Parts: sequence; structure tokens; C-alpha cells
Amino acid sequence: MKKILFILSVTLLCGPLYSLAQASEDEAYVAKADINLENKDSLRRGARLFVNYCLSCHSAAYLRYKRVADDLDIDEKLAAEKLIFVADFSKMDESEAKRQGEPKKIGALMTVAMRAADSKRWFGTAVPDLSVIARSRGADWLYTYLTTFYVDDTRPMGVNNLAFHNVGMPHVLWELDGLKKPIYETVKNKQSGTETETQVFTGKFDYLTEGKLSPVKYKEAVNDLVNFLVYMGEPGRLERQRIGIIVVLFLGLLLLFAYLMKREFWKDVH
Amino acid sequence: MAKLQALLGWVDARFPLTQMWKEHLSEYYAPKNFNFWYYFGSLALLVLVLQIVTGIFLTMNYKPDAAVAFASVEGIMRDVNWGYLIRYMHSTGASAFFIVVYLHMYRGVMYGSFKKPRELIWILGVFIYVALMAEAFMGYLLPWGQMSYWGAQVIVNLFGAIPYIGNDLAVWIRGDFVVDDATLNRFFAFHVIAVPLVLLVLVVMHILALHEVGSNNPDGVEIKKHKDANGKPLDGIAFHPYYTVKDIVGVVAFLIIFSVIMFFMPEGGGLFLEPDNFVPANPLSTPEHIKPLWYFTPFYAILRAIPPMFESQFPGVIAMGVSIVVLFFLPWIDRHPVKSIRYREPIYTLALMIFIVTFVALAWLGMQPALPYLSELAFRCSELYFSFFIVLAIYSQARSKNYYITWLVALAAAVILMDLPRYIGASGDKQILIRYSIFIPLIYFVITLWLPTTAAKWTTSKTVPDRVTQ
Repeated sequence: MKKILFILSVTLLCGPLYSLAQASEDEAYVAKADINLENKDSLRRGARLFVNYCLSCHSAAYLRYKRVADDLDIDEKLAAEKLIFVADFSKMDESEAKRQGEPKKIGALMTVAMRAADSKRWFGTAVPDLSVIARSRGADWLYTYLTTFYVDDTRPMGVNNLAFHNVGMPHVLWELDGLKKPIYETVKNKQSGTETETQVFTGKFDYLTEGKLSPVKYKEAVNDLVNFLVYMGEPGRLERQRIGIIVVLFLGLLLLFAYLMKREFWKDVH
Repeated sequence: MAKLQALLGWVDARFPLTQMWKEHLSEYYAPKNFNFWYYFGSLALLVLVLQIVTGIFLTMNYKPDAAVAFASVEGIMRDVNWGYLIRYMHSTGASAFFIVVYLHMYRGVMYGSFKKPRELIWILGVFIYVALMAEAFMGYLLPWGQMSYWGAQVIVNLFGAIPYIGNDLAVWIRGDFVVDDATLNRFFAFHVIAVPLVLLVLVVMHILALHEVGSNNPDGVEIKKHKDANGKPLDGIAFHPYYTVKDIVGVVAFLIIFSVIMFFMPEGGGLFLEPDNFVPANPLSTPEHIKPLWYFTPFYAILRAIPPMFESQFPGVIAMGVSIVVLFFLPWIDRHPVKSIRYREPIYTLALMIFIVTFVALAWLGMQPALPYLSELAFRCSELYFSFFIVLAIYSQARSKNYYITWLVALAAAVILMDLPRYIGASGDKQILIRYSIFIPLIYFVITLWLPTTAAKWTTSKTVPDRVTQ
């Protein structure tokens, strides 16, 4: 018992230390995404944004259209019509490839036609696949990234980003978002006698052009998109959690019987 | 029933089935006072089986080819029926294996299970631990994510730090000048067949050696000293059914914790599956902060903490190697006649507790970026890690006051001497860090070596009972 208490106290001691270190590591501006995989309306809206705005440069090569249709309760015919805009060039030779390819089948992977070598030439870097982007970047980072594009004339695409400095990607959602510049305020720091001034982002933007959506609506739309990206990172997540509850309940019951059996056998140990 | 008996007789005439059943289960007498800490041996066996079975199913769908390895893992996660469950079982199982093994080893240290006559069990156990590290390291390359790739790059480069032969050795291990397809293929071969075979043989030897001498217990007394007329130890109970039914309780309790992690937090907060490993390996982009998985970080912290000498990382590699190899010698380092912590002198308990804190601190430091103050702290913790073994040797028998004081002075002098080359030529900030942090080992030596001279109670162990206590 003393040992268990000891382990507990070590863990309790290490916990705050760990969080302290995490907190001090990254002080950049991060907005929080509101992720709810049960909200299928949000996921469907996110899917629509994804196939319209992302899925032409970015692929989601580990996900199938059918899986999205099944998981988000979209009729397969409707899904083929509303989600599949990418043609299948795989069965054509070079000369034919110039013509329009066949539409992809519903069971196909969400790949794109753009070649990595081309994207590297155009954007300075190969455009990453987005299948598991939410698992490497995290929902909050993606949400911050997609809501903090700002006008910067020094960049080739005319925009820069608060979460991803000097990003190569253009602001593909600019029609919805509008064009904006972040508002900074000057904060004075007094550290060891010397006074320094730093520019801190206020969380607000100055709009140069208004978008089709109001800032609030735009954030909601981005949240839907990030929600879909999180779903895409692990489509089976809800199922896994549902099975998990059953498994843990079963094991709990088994534990009771295992304990009763042990007690019965150990009656003759003195 | 009679036919079954006849069949058993037929088998027994050709294979020692009943005899083995008796020797290892129904007539293997284990001390009756096993506590919580004694679950982890059977749990380690359970996790081993789990890893082998899930591993077999993973190999059916995994492709050890740098071009498709990452995609094949995501294919398992999405397109293979129950694939995500098998993969999470395997990834959670890897971390669970180390948790269970660390607790199992700590139990052995706490109750002196490595001491005579169980030295070989301990040594075989350390071999299992080393094989397990190799197994985990090579398995981690297979998903071909950024951390897989760069972690392997860093660890293989350690061999490159060996003078003269290092570079050639590293190329020989990788099969290429960088970690590449050839490396992935050979690591796959080692991970799925070579090392598991070694592990299995070692585990069988570990258990055979244990059953030859019999189990130790929380009191550290030998139950074979007191036997009844039939030669059965008075404080022993048959492993089957008593410990089989008890271990089932442990197994189910373990599976509950395991399932909670696997079903609800398979990433383990980024410790079991690292976020960076969801980015496919890219030889052209080095991640900002390369770190091995959590179970290697104590040793990684030691590696990073030791400063290079003559522009070579070799001293760090040596220190890391020694930090693991020293475990093999534990039975001859700690020769105190009392086995269990229950009866050992209080100063030993204190030193062991500090060691545990040191080990956890090193594990944490190994995950952090190498900031100056953290590196300095890691250096001090490394000193404490090695000092523990020296102190343990000193505690092995009754010593005079002068003996303690001599060692106190010698170790303090050694620490100061080691700091001199670091101190001279260091920047002002670094010098301040060194000046302050040197108190960590100095205070440690004062506690562990001066305290025993102040009062006899610190070095007096309790009387070990003749029979086990319940």
C-alpha cells in the first residue's frame, strides 16, 4: 500500500511539471476548435468544403468516398454527384490524359490528379496528403491556421499565416473569409531592469475586403471543416469508443467473478 | 474418461507431459505471501503473447517497403476488418510491455530477488530487457513516419560515434548510407522473426531458472528451508490452482486498464503514438525535436547529458551503454545479506527512493528539448543514476565511519574534477548553472554517505523472520 501511494505521489508530482513544461514551450496564438464527431450535419458541411476547396491540390489518399458516404449517412448516388469532382486518369495513357478522365467510382480513394513534382514547382513544397493531418497537427492548430491567413504583399501568394509563418499555400478560402490584416498591440515587458516592447496579436483582424460569410459564420465553417479533418484522421474513432465501453463493462463483470473464484480457492490458504 | 486416461498414459510414455505439468504448475510451490508486485511476471508473459498474436495479423497486411509502408499502416487502420483494433493493441501493447517490465524489475530490486541463488534469473531477465529494447526500437521504424525515420537515424548514428570502426559499422547496420528501404527491410526481418525467437528462448530460460531455485517473496526468506514430511515447503502453495486463479484477477484488472487506454486514448497523450509519426518519413526534412519513445528516454537523457570529448559523442554512447550494462552486475554490486526492503536498513530505502525519482526525472528530461538548464539537470541526474550503484556497493556490508567519509570525499572530489573541464571555457550562464547544480550530487552524497555515520539506526537492518509473514 505504501508503495502504491509512493507511485501515486510520484505521478502527481510529475503531472504538473509536465504541463508546466508544455505551457512554457509554445506561447503562440492558438484558437480552440470545437470538435464533435457526433454532429453529422457539421461533418457533412465540412466534407462539402473539403471536396470543393481542398481536394484538388491536397489528397486524402487513405480515405474512400464510400466510407465518407456511409459514415456521414449520405446516399451513395448523392455522394457520387456532390463529392466526386476528381477524374480517374489511371486507365489512360499519356496522350489520352489530356482529355477528361472518367469520374471516379464511389469505392475509390480520395486521390488527386496533381503530381507531386508539379506542386513542388508551383508552391515550393510538395502538397501534403491530408488523411492524417489532424493527428499530426491537432484540431486546434488546424483551426488557428485556417482562420489566421492575412494579407502580406511580400509573399508570392499575397498572404501569410499566423500559425504557419511564410506558408506556401494560398488562402483558398479567401472568398468566404475576405482579406484581412491582424491587429497588434504593443505590450511593455519589464525583465531584469530593461524595458522591452513586443507586438502581441490581439485576436482581432482589420478587414480589407469582406468575405461572403461574416467573420462569425466563417469561423463556424472552418470549424466544420476541421471537424471533418479530425473525422478523416480516424474514421473509426466513434466505433472504437462504442466498442470500448462494452469491452470495459464486460471485463468489469469478469473481474468480479474472477475475484470470487480466487477468494473461493484461497479459503484453504492460511 | 478411461480413454482419455489411456491417451495421457500413451503420451506420458513418449513425452513428459504430466511430469512437466506437475513440475511447473500443480507441484511448483510458490510462497504464499506474494503481493501486488508479483502480478507483473505473468502480465509480462500475457503481453508477450498479445504482441506475437497481434504481430502475426499485422504482418498479413503490412508492407515493408519504404514507398508503401506508411500507406499500408493506414490501410490497416481503415480498410482491414478490425485492423485498427489489432494495430492499437500492438502499439498500446508495446508501451504496456515496458510498463509491466519496469515494474517487474523494480519488484526484483525491492525484494532482492536478484541475489543468490537467483543471479542467473536476474541476468536472463536483463537480457530479455535488452532484447525487448532492440525489438521495440526496430518495430518503431516500421510505420515509416517522421519519428520512426529520424529516431532510427539518431540511434544508428550512435554506433557511428565508435572510434575507427564507427562509420563502417553504421553503414553495415543500415545497409545504406542513410536509413532507407534496405534498413526498413532488415529491421522488419529482425522485428518479426529474429528478435522474437531470441525473446522466446530467453523467456523459457528465465522461467526454467526460476523454477529450479524457486520464487523469492516480499519477505526475502527461503521457503525451502522449512519443509513438511512430504518435502513440500510449509510456506509454499501450489502454483496451480492458487496462483493461476489469483493471476486471472490480475490479468482481468490489467486488461481493463489496457482497454481504457486502447479504446479511449490510444495515442497515450502523444507518448504511445507520437503526433510527428503521422507524417510520412521525409529524409529531407528533419523534425525540430527528435526524441525516442518514452521507454528509452531515461537512457537517451544520459546519452545527451554527457558532453562530447575531442569532438566525439563517444563518451555519451559509453555512458548510455554502461547505464544498461551495470544492471547485469547488480547481484555482485549489492551483496547485503538481507534481501527484502522490508528488513533492510533505512538508508538503503532512502537511496532506492531517490533512485526511482532520478529514473523518472531522466525519463522526463529525455523527452524535453535540450535547453541548457535541462541538459545540466540531466547531467546531474546521470551522476545520481551511476552513484546509486556505487552507494549500493558501499551498503553491502557493515562499514566504519571512516569508510563512509572517505568515499564521501572521494566521490565529491570526482564530481568536482569532472566539472572542471566543463567549467573552464564555458559561458558565464553555463558556469552559474554548473556552480549551482553541483549541489545536487554533493547533497546526494551527504545524504547517502554522511547520514549513515550520524546514527546507527540508519545502517541497522531489522531481523529477518524465519518464516514468511502474511
